[in-house]
Amino acid sequence: IALMKSSCKLALQELKHWMTPQKVKTPITTFPSSAEIVSEPLGVVLVISAWNYPFLLSLEPVIGAITAGNAVVLKPSEVAPATSSLLAKFLGEYMDSSAVKVVEGAVPETSVLLEQKWDKIFYTGNGRVGRIVAAAAAKHLTPLVLELGGKSPVVVDSDVNLMVAARRIIVGKWGCNNGQACIAPDYIITTKDYVPKLVDALKLELEKFYGMDPLNSEDLSRIVNSNHFARLKKLLDDDKVSGKIVHGGQMDEGILKIAPTILLDVPEDSLIMNEEIFGPLLPILTVDKVEASFGMINSRDKPLAAYLFSNKKKLKEEFVKTVSAGGLAVNDTSLHVAVSTLPFGGVGESGMGAYHGKFSFDAFSHKKAVLYRSFAGDAPARYPPYTPAKLRFLKALLNGDILGIIRALFGW
Amino acid sequence: MNEMVELGKSLAEVRETFRGGRTRGVAWRKTQLRAIIKFLTDNEDQIFKALEQDLGKHPVEAYRDEVGVVKKSANLALNCVEKWMAPKKGHIPLLFFPSKGEVLPEPFGVVLIFASWNFPISLSLDPLIGAISAGNTVVLKPSELAPACSSFLASALPSYLDPKAIKVIEGGTDIAEQLLQEKWDKIFFTGSPQVGRIVMSAAARHLTPVTLELGGKCPTILDSLSGSSDMEVAVKRIAGAKWGACSGQACIATDYVLVERKNAYILVDLLKKIIQRFYGENLKNLKNLSKIVSKHHFDRVRKLLEDPIVAASIVHGGSVDEENLTIEPTILLDPPLDAEIMTEEIFGPLLPIISLDNIQESIEVINSRPKPLAIYAFTKNEAFKKQILTQTSSGSVTFNDVMVHFVCDTLPFGGVGQSGFGRYHGKYSFDAFSNEKAILQRSFLIELEARYPPWNDFKMQFLRLAYSFNYIGLVLLYLGLKRTSR
Repeated sequence: IALMKSSCKLALQELKHWMTPQKVKTPITTFPSSAEIVSEPLGVVLVISAWNYPFLLSLEPVIGAITAGNAVVLKPSEVAPATSSLLAKFLGEYMDSSAVKVVEGAVPETSVLLEQKWDKIFYTGNGRVGRIVAAAAAKHLTPLVLELGGKSPVVVDSDVNLMVAARRIIVGKWGCNNGQACIAPDYIITTKDYVPKLVDALKLELEKFYGMDPLNSEDLSRIVNSNHFARLKKLLDDDKVSGKIVHGGQMDEGILKIAPTILLDVPEDSLIMNEEIFGPLLPILTVDKVEASFGMINSRDKPLAAYLFSNKKKLKEEFVKTVSAGGLAVNDTSLHVAVSTLPFGGVGESGMGAYHGKFSFDAFSHKKAVLYRSFAGDAPARYPPYTPAKLRFLKALLNGDILGIIRALFGW
Repeated sequence: MNEMVELGKSLAEVRETFRGGRTRGVAWRKTQLRAIIKFLTDNEDQIFKALEQDLGKHPVEAYRDEVGVVKKSANLALNCVEKWMAPKKGHIPLLFFPSKGEVLPEPFGVVLIFASWNFPISLSLDPLIGAISAGNTVVLKPSELAPACSSFLASALPSYLDPKAIKVIEGGTDIAEQLLQEKWDKIFFTGSPQVGRIVMSAAARHLTPVTLELGGKCPTILDSLSGSSDMEVAVKRIAGAKWGACSGQACIATDYVLVERKNAYILVDLLKKIIQRFYGENLKNLKNLSKIVSKHHFDRVRKLLEDPIVAASIVHGGSVDEENLTIEPTILLDPPLDAEIMTEEIFGPLLPIISLDNIQESIEVINSRPKPLAIYAFTKNEAFKKQILTQTSSGSVTFNDVMVHFVCDTLPFGGVGQSGFGRYHGKYSFDAFSNEKAILQRSFLIELEARYPPWNDFKMQFLRLAYSFNYIGLVLLYLGLKRTSR
């Protein structure tokens, strides 16, 4: 809620500024002329949102679409039914219902929506459905923003303020919808030497946050539904994985809750290390030297976010330079989502396009190039019959070579 | 089969080169850009020859539209690449103190570029410049419909550019299909909307981002102009935009003209005179005009004139020379709006003129068709200019000229709707091939307890105040002077 209110306020404040055409310089090649870039709405856009942050992921893109001047159809996720019907009821009452519509439903309704021709589609969700959306968009040449997910890694170097690092990892993992967030830390990589200290710190802070009986802690979200509960349970079904649990592991299917669970050195080819976890299970992989973690991350699909906890300047620089992800945070987790001056989006398997702040406005705008020319200054060199002199003039003109232009004009 | 093995090897090589990291450094990028400039300077005559062979382009046209624009792009990229590569600082609110935020551009990785046949050199090399300056490795597939240019690029570029990082792969539809099966980090396509759909569908399977530079029917509005000299300049420019760039086979060529009925005959008269002066009197004496690229396209354009009602609207030209694949500059006055010539992109030397009662009606005509790549309008009426800008949508709008926005590299060049999405030229080329990575640097100092569970009313109040950046309120809260709500 707070993030959205903040976005609305920002948009209200900045809208006029964002809508103003941007003047640009013109090169001597088109002299005399003036130019600008005008932002215009794309038209009618479709926003398909996800279930884990059902308000935010529905309304944040809608804010972007509206500020850019589009009409919007929003399809909230059916996996969060209470939110979906609330949005359907209230958006109609509070907003211009002929321009902003909510369509509720599941796969059949979404499929019908995807068959229509849209001027832009904004999808938040997973890569499998992302491909379906992209294929549907291709039929109408509709541009897309895909906000997908991935396995967001956390690299923990030795020699950091472990208590603070542990707390930030915990709040990013379990404090955000109990791990069901696209930018939640998915797994940790740290050195063999440091891992005992890290696990201890995590256990200590977890107890401070959620008490001795986390399953019944009110501060912990539950798993969204039994499908996802079963999916997460299956990740632990493998003996080679369940044997690596060093903390937690408790589950209660009746209340759809799984306790914060830490695993140490699960096999890299296990299911838990090859799918986005999207839940309260945190594998820790160990390496001999922390530098090796970057190669490990880059050998996998590009994630939406990657995190590093370190005090070493060189390591931080190397991380920023070599690890490819939608966004990076150093010495914290998830916070970059709240900074509206940073574009929020993925790359590769984690998606394409970005939004938040002005990036939302831009995501839903067409930037139209406008060139103003005058009737004066009509260079004969533009027209046939073509002569060597005209060629010389053109060469100088295209190169912006003023002396060359003058020489060519005077026939030198 | 052999082709496929070769293709596989080439792909593996460019992927390995990118992984190795040498394309990331600014030195490599600048070396490649300098090499492109040298390639153009060393081989100008051969390039002119290839263009003449494929399209019958005059060397001046070839320089203006192909060699010259690419040299310009390469020079700009060479001068600016370091600046473009630098991270952009983002302002971070006080709430997050101490923090640093920035956006760092990084290459996507291995990119695929499909070039079209009408500007076979510039539509290959301009995107290539963007991809290289952004630090990617590239596979370039020139169009097989311009075979002389395609084979020239394939044979000459490897001796100038890093052959393990930039590959030219020749071939037709089957090679293109093969290439589309692979996983790319970005695809850049210039061509028709039909093939654009095929490219985008293939890209969807791998979630590959694409830039599609397509086409459309670019209309030119000709308002009443007071001075006769202004009218002449306008008509010269329109003629140049129709026949002067690859004989109308250009995505941003004037497709059709909209004019008020009372000006239609002056327009036709002036056009006839200009055609004669620029391009010759008749089919036998044509000059300075490119030919139609292939028999297939020749037949396609000729077919547009077959409809008897359309044929009856021809007021100049209409003759064709099948042997030399040439069609003379042809003007039509008021062909039916639902004829193929007015519903399909012409991409040829036929110019329909649509006359209207009132020039304002042109907006409706334009809006009844898919969004074009460009709209041109000759008018001195400022209110009408505003109307065109706000009531129509297109990739770009140029007032009182045609096509020159192509060389204005401070303006993004790209379409909207059916004319495509994504853009390039100038810094936009660099951006088109870059992932803008957001980076937030935080410190261990200053820990805000209120971030962490267990949750309580104080923390709720904290968050309410924090998100509205109500710093005074936050201070009061911490001093215990603010009541927690509920």
